Amino acid sequence: MTPDLMASLYVFLLAAFVGLEVIRRVSPLLHTPLMSLTNALSAIAVVGAIVIAGEQRSTLATVLGTLAVIASTTNVVGGFLITDRMLKMFKTRERTRS
Amino acid sequence: MTPHLVEQFIQVAYIVAAALFILALKWLAAPATARRGVRAGEVGMLLAVVGTLLHQGIVSYQWILIGFVLGSAVGVPMALYMPMTAVPQRTALSHAFGALAAALVGAAEYYLHTPELSQFTMSALALEILLGSLTFTGSLMAFGKLQELVPTRPVTYRGQNVVNLSLLAAAVAIGIYLVVEPGASHLFPLFVALSLVFGVLLIIPIGGADMPTVISLLNSYAGLSAAAMGFVLENNLLIIAGALDGASGFILSVIMCKAMNRSFTNVLFGAFGQFQAAAEARGEARTVRSATAEEAASILEAASSVIVVPGYGMAVAQAQHKVRELYDALTKRGVAVRFAIHPVAGRMPGHMNVLLAEADIPYDRLLDMDEINPEFAQADVALVIGANDVTNPAARHDRASPIYGMPILDVDKARTVMVIKRGMSPGFAGIENELYYLGKTLMLFGDAKSFVGAIVKELSDGGHG
Repeated sequence: MTPDLMASLYVFLLAAFVGLEVIRRVSPLLHTPLMSLTNALSAIAVVGAIVIAGEQRSTLATVLGTLAVIASTTNVVGGFLITDRMLKMFKTRERTRS
Repeated sequence: MTPHLVEQFIQVAYIVAAALFILALKWLAAPATARRGVRAGEVGMLLAVVGTLLHQGIVSYQWILIGFVLGSAVGVPMALYMPMTAVPQRTALSHAFGALAAALVGAAEYYLHTPELSQFTMSALALEILLGSLTFTGSLMAFGKLQELVPTRPVTYRGQNVVNLSLLAAAVAIGIYLVVEPGASHLFPLFVALSLVFGVLLIIPIGGADMPTVISLLNSYAGLSAAAMGFVLENNLLIIAGALDGASGFILSVIMCKAMNRSFTNVLFGAFGQFQAAAEARGEARTVRSATAEEAASILEAASSVIVVPGYGMAVAQAQHKVRELYDALTKRGVAVRFAIHPVAGRMPGHMNVLLAEADIPYDRLLDMDEINPEFAQADVALVIGANDVTNPAARHDRASPIYGMPILDVDKARTVMVIKRGMSPGFAGIENELYYLGKTLMLFGDAKSFVGAIVKELSDGGHG
């Protein structure tokens, strides 16, 4: 295994532990927004799709890449928008009265 | 900018994006900072996308732009106009889209590089495509069930687990063969097809009440397929984002499984249907007490502490806004009203909280199971709206009950229990709820929305007199 791949495995391991620790602290109140936010974040797959759609190294790759850009863009814009829409609804007593 | 500088900018953009993604989840922990978390995630995403667009190898932006426009055309209306009751469906769809993107990128990478793929890259690629494909079709099935396009009841048949596991084994075997022989591209479509079919078969036996676990699990798979893509593309940002998503889905699945006292394997391979026969045999004729909206209103009015227990039935009846009116009417009379939220209430984690928040109920009134359970003993009234199995005391003491051991809301400890229900039909698991036959329980028969509305009307009429 090359040092690069080992480094990637370390990155994965550390990110997974950071994720477990950070997400464990998320209030059950917000588990639905949590799911839609992590979904938006993992739509970062769009960067892989952009490169494949833009490099145009074969027709098949361009078609697959473009479809992937569509699918992940849907999640990027939709995911952030709906998370924010949900979070806006969570109000304390003072703010609901106003 | 020289190519070298551009490359450096891309790397800096990626690492800042990774930091922002972690901060986004950290800030999401509490409602007060949660929206800041969304901002952080958006900025991180923007940086990463801008950085990627500067990538040297990109020769044309035409298809990328078309992709952006079409993706936004689908994503924006879905996010802005979908009613909150449909959030579980939207979430299932977005898991499907995310997984589809991972599978498509994986397939493109495979055809671009075969047969010069190292074993490690090919392993990551195989995992990306397996998880991506099965999550894609699995999430579409989950969407179909949530939207009631396909039967929500678990569909089971003899030898189902054998069929599913053989199919998975076949897919994995071909995946391993491809790792050894990356040039065997004639097997690649078969590998994708098997993964796609497995995704469908995996979800068919799963019923509505198990959806919270299944959605969480699919969330985890979608994240892991993105992380696998990161290994293929040697992109640490993808690995980090995928790992975060995978971890989140994993934690939520564990919480959901615990809340049902079931294991992962039991949720995936043991459809709830098999329990029904056992439950029906024990049905003896017992009597229940029922009450009218007027009686219910006077009991609620006289109470000083009320705990409302919402369930999926409240979502189905779209009763959350009427419940808010009830909350207002009682609060105005000085009655302390709180809401008890079971982790698996609804069709996805946190479903009830979003619905009640949408109806403008302050979030500090929404308490999770561990917080609210000690409070039932002091409550004058527990009002159950559209929840069933999570309130069944049999889970505590009846070893023969299929839900024995499941953590429940201690509704039966309240002084008076009122249950709004359409009729006496058993809950999802087909189990009789002992709660309904207690001496302190009053059944309020009717549609959740109209019955709560009737109570509110009684309360406001009483106010004039």
